[in-house]
Amino acid sequence: MSDWPLLSLVTFLPLVGAAFIFFIRGDEEVVARNSRSVALWTALVTFVLSLLVWANFDPAQGGFQLVEKAPWLEGLGVSYHMGIDGISLWFVLLSTLLTVVIIVGSWHSVTTSVKEFMIAFLIMDTLMVGVFSALDVVLFYLFFEGILIPMYLIIGIWGGPRRIYASFKFFLYTLLGSVLFLVAIIVMYREAGTTEIPALMAHNFPPDLQLWLWLAFFASFAVKVPMWPFHTWLPDAHVEAPTAGSVLLAGVLLKLGGYGFLRFSLPMLPDASAYFAPMVFALSAVAIVYTSLVALMQSDMKKLIAYSSVAHMGIVTIGCFTPNAMGIQGSIIQMLSHGIVSSALFMVVGVIYDRIHSREIDRYGGLAERMPVYAFTFMLFMFASVGVPGTSGFVGEVLVIVGVFQVNSWVAFFAATGLILGAGYMLWLYRRVVFGALTKESLRSIKDMRTNELLAFAPLVILAIWMGVYPSFFLDPMAASVNELLAGMAAKTGGTQVALW
Amino acid sequence: MIPEFVFDVTPALPEIILAGAGLVLLVLGAMREEDGLKTVTPLAVVALLVAALLALTLDRQPQTGFFGHFVFDSFAGFLKVIMLAGAAGSLLVATSYMREERVERFEYAVLLVFASLGMCMMVSANSLIALYMALELHSLPLYVMAAFHRDNLRSTEAGLKYFVLGALASGMLLYGCSLVYGFTGTVSFEGIAAAFHGTDGAVGSLPVGAVTGLVFVIAGLAFKLAAVPFHMWTPDVYEGSPTPVATFFAAAPKVAAVGLFVRVLMQPFGEWVDAWQQVVILIAVASMLLGAFAAIGQTNIKRLMAYSGIGHVGYALVGLSAGTEKGAYGVLIYMAIYLVMTLGTFSCILFMRRQGRYVEEIADLAGLGRRQPLLAAAFGVLMFSLAGIPPLAGFFGKLYVFLAAVDAGLTWLAVIGVLTSVVGAFYYLRVVKVIYFDEPAEAFDGGADPGVAGVAAVTTIMNLLFVVVPGPLLAAAATAAAALMR
Repeated sequence: MSDWPLLSLVTFLPLVGAAFIFFIRGDEEVVARNSRSVALWTALVTFVLSLLVWANFDPAQGGFQLVEKAPWLEGLGVSYHMGIDGISLWFVLLSTLLTVVIIVGSWHSVTTSVKEFMIAFLIMDTLMVGVFSALDVVLFYLFFEGILIPMYLIIGIWGGPRRIYASFKFFLYTLLGSVLFLVAIIVMYREAGTTEIPALMAHNFPPDLQLWLWLAFFASFAVKVPMWPFHTWLPDAHVEAPTAGSVLLAGVLLKLGGYGFLRFSLPMLPDASAYFAPMVFALSAVAIVYTSLVALMQSDMKKLIAYSSVAHMGIVTIGCFTPNAMGIQGSIIQMLSHGIVSSALFMVVGVIYDRIHSREIDRYGGLAERMPVYAFTFMLFMFASVGVPGTSGFVGEVLVIVGVFQVNSWVAFFAATGLILGAGYMLWLYRRVVFGALTKESLRSIKDMRTNELLAFAPLVILAIWMGVYPSFFLDPMAASVNELLAGMAAKTGGTQVALW
Repeated sequence: MIPEFVFDVTPALPEIILAGAGLVLLVLGAMREEDGLKTVTPLAVVALLVAALLALTLDRQPQTGFFGHFVFDSFAGFLKVIMLAGAAGSLLVATSYMREERVERFEYAVLLVFASLGMCMMVSANSLIALYMALELHSLPLYVMAAFHRDNLRSTEAGLKYFVLGALASGMLLYGCSLVYGFTGTVSFEGIAAAFHGTDGAVGSLPVGAVTGLVFVIAGLAFKLAAVPFHMWTPDVYEGSPTPVATFFAAAPKVAAVGLFVRVLMQPFGEWVDAWQQVVILIAVASMLLGAFAAIGQTNIKRLMAYSGIGHVGYALVGLSAGTEKGAYGVLIYMAIYLVMTLGTFSCILFMRRQGRYVEEIADLAGLGRRQPLLAAAFGVLMFSLAGIPPLAGFFGKLYVFLAAVDAGLTWLAVIGVLTSVVGAFYYLRVVKVIYFDEPAEAFDGGADPGVAGVAAVTTIMNLLFVVVPGPLLAAAATAAAALMR
């Protein structure tokens, strides 16, 4: 089994499923039913294969594993080069899992253009796995930008009333950041003569050049994360996107920014990373406090969760630029936790949106009376988002705050403030939607969750608690890779990076 | 003993085939007046493809003929293959349009063959005389083709406008050529390249008169490229000409003009990159900016494609600005991909037909995604490819020209290029938005012509699959670029 090109299989299997769905013909009902089943089975098999990737992964090694290499753009020496380490493994698993979850979750709620919907999400699956396993910058960029196409269509076709504005803003905003990244890739290629990620990690770029390259990378990743003040596309995109689109946006696409910092900015440009770390800290601190306050004032549930995402990702960026294992591991765990929790929260909103067709908080109240299971699920993820001990949110936040406290106590202070504000807006949201008396006429006949919705939530519930109760299970396999990352940076900066920070 | 004036004509075989085919088809068409176009078109396509096949298989060692006026090398071969294939494709999509718009005349195919002959000679030109003759041979049929819908006011206007401005550009070109000849004393490209060298072989500087001549030559050729500031004719001509003619204009002749441009600057003037680099950079930046911003306001899809074409020439010239082999390599890749994208987009436009009439407004595409999903998908792929979004082919064209620019130390030019491509992405996205997000309008007529459908399908698939099999094009372009630097 181990000599199979497992990673390529995981990457391109969804594409095969998508091609299969493309050729389904017949009347609308049949096409919709068949598309759903093909998509579900493809996504399930992909997920199982990604579990096999995990089984074949050796957590003791820090370098890249399951490496595949084939010639591609030969004149340039750019190759089809795939592989994973302890950091990307988790994101691959997250992507394949969330694809299954959203296909199950939108089983009944998506009724228009089902075939195209399933094709778009399977293509997304391919691109997401590809972006996390690419070991060549050009290949990475290919997947990184390619994601824009299906996401643009998902927001634009299945989105809400302002979907056109939101889809254009999403596409152009992220494209603008990415093209500068492309120029940086080309400059790095000229400088180092290679586009292989492991080779670039080993290359020493001159410090002056590093600053420019770092800024170009930052333009791309800060928009993706998104960091304040580059976050304005996110609330629009999230609010207008269909539930499934929001899940992938929050669950996976936002992680591309953090992953980019860990994979490119830190190991390739350690001096510039040290130089700009205070700026990142400052922007993140502003993001945490400012967007938490903004979230408090939202009347739209999806917008509230979108702003809370920006705040949570602020913790991630602080962790990324904290020069110790605690901070970096914390930021990875925080990304995974956010990928599960905020995805689940968007689905929580989606469940009642499908029934009442409104995202206004004022339209709800007292749902606990009619929807007890729903109320419990919502509560669980609300706690995980707040960071209550025993849930996944707690682990990441604590690690990052403790890690950054060793570097700068003020940053830790602001990050912790965010937690308090987070508790404020989440608990308030929960109270207004779920508690109280059921007085609204439109809610009297509301039904609790269907089986497919329960099934979609189940893995997320398990993971959110598992990660909170037994975090070592997730932390240990990434330890070797994180240590190697830190050691590589220390070697390049001559072990002075702690002093620089 | 072979007399000196008898030489090997094998390198010119594609041209000879085309010239012969053009004459034969002219006679044949005149004899079968009634169904002329129906008879002549398949034969013309075959002639073009045979010529392309010959260009593909001929010996690629640089060979000159016709007393040094004609050269066949990998560079010419590469361009001939893609241009002739593009010309054949644009002829294939023409017949149904010509029939339905009642302009079914066999001369169309004959003119296209002669224009292709001119294009082949352009990329094989090895002297200023051959350059001018080839350019005129290629332009004159184009003027007639633009006005082919002779009862249509806009088509005749397009033809006239193209002719008047084209004649002006030819005048500038000729003036430039005469200045270059006057200062170098030779018309041959090798002779110009060898001029102004010291006795020790050191490269001397170009006298100001020769530089002036060079600038005039660049201006004349920039008109053919439709590069800013010589682009004014393009939107009007594209909009006014019959759509298959615009298809042809946007595809093969543009490649030929870029090919000639690259050869003139890189071979005779290859040693004096400093003398022309600034001009080319200026043209490239202006074209990219205008192509990106002017297209935003367009409502007619043919005008949109005209501005898009202006922008794309700007990107190709970014590669040329580098003045290196890598730059030429980037230009060749870019133009090959551009040809496929443009041909595909125009053949999709030829599907836009309601109750037997062709429509060209972007708004007519509304809701195509729900009415005709396959056509919509093809349109979508081509639009994203034109915008340069990976993993589609258009991205790789941009990647290679920007690589060349950065390699030559022109990082700022690459930055301008990527930024204008973001602006450009807006209007391509707008087309996708109309197709997929808007409420469906009335359906287009079904029953597309197999030629149009075939070209649209093949070009779309090529755009999709380039990422999987980039090797053949990259390798061919690499040899072609290397041949240029002999």
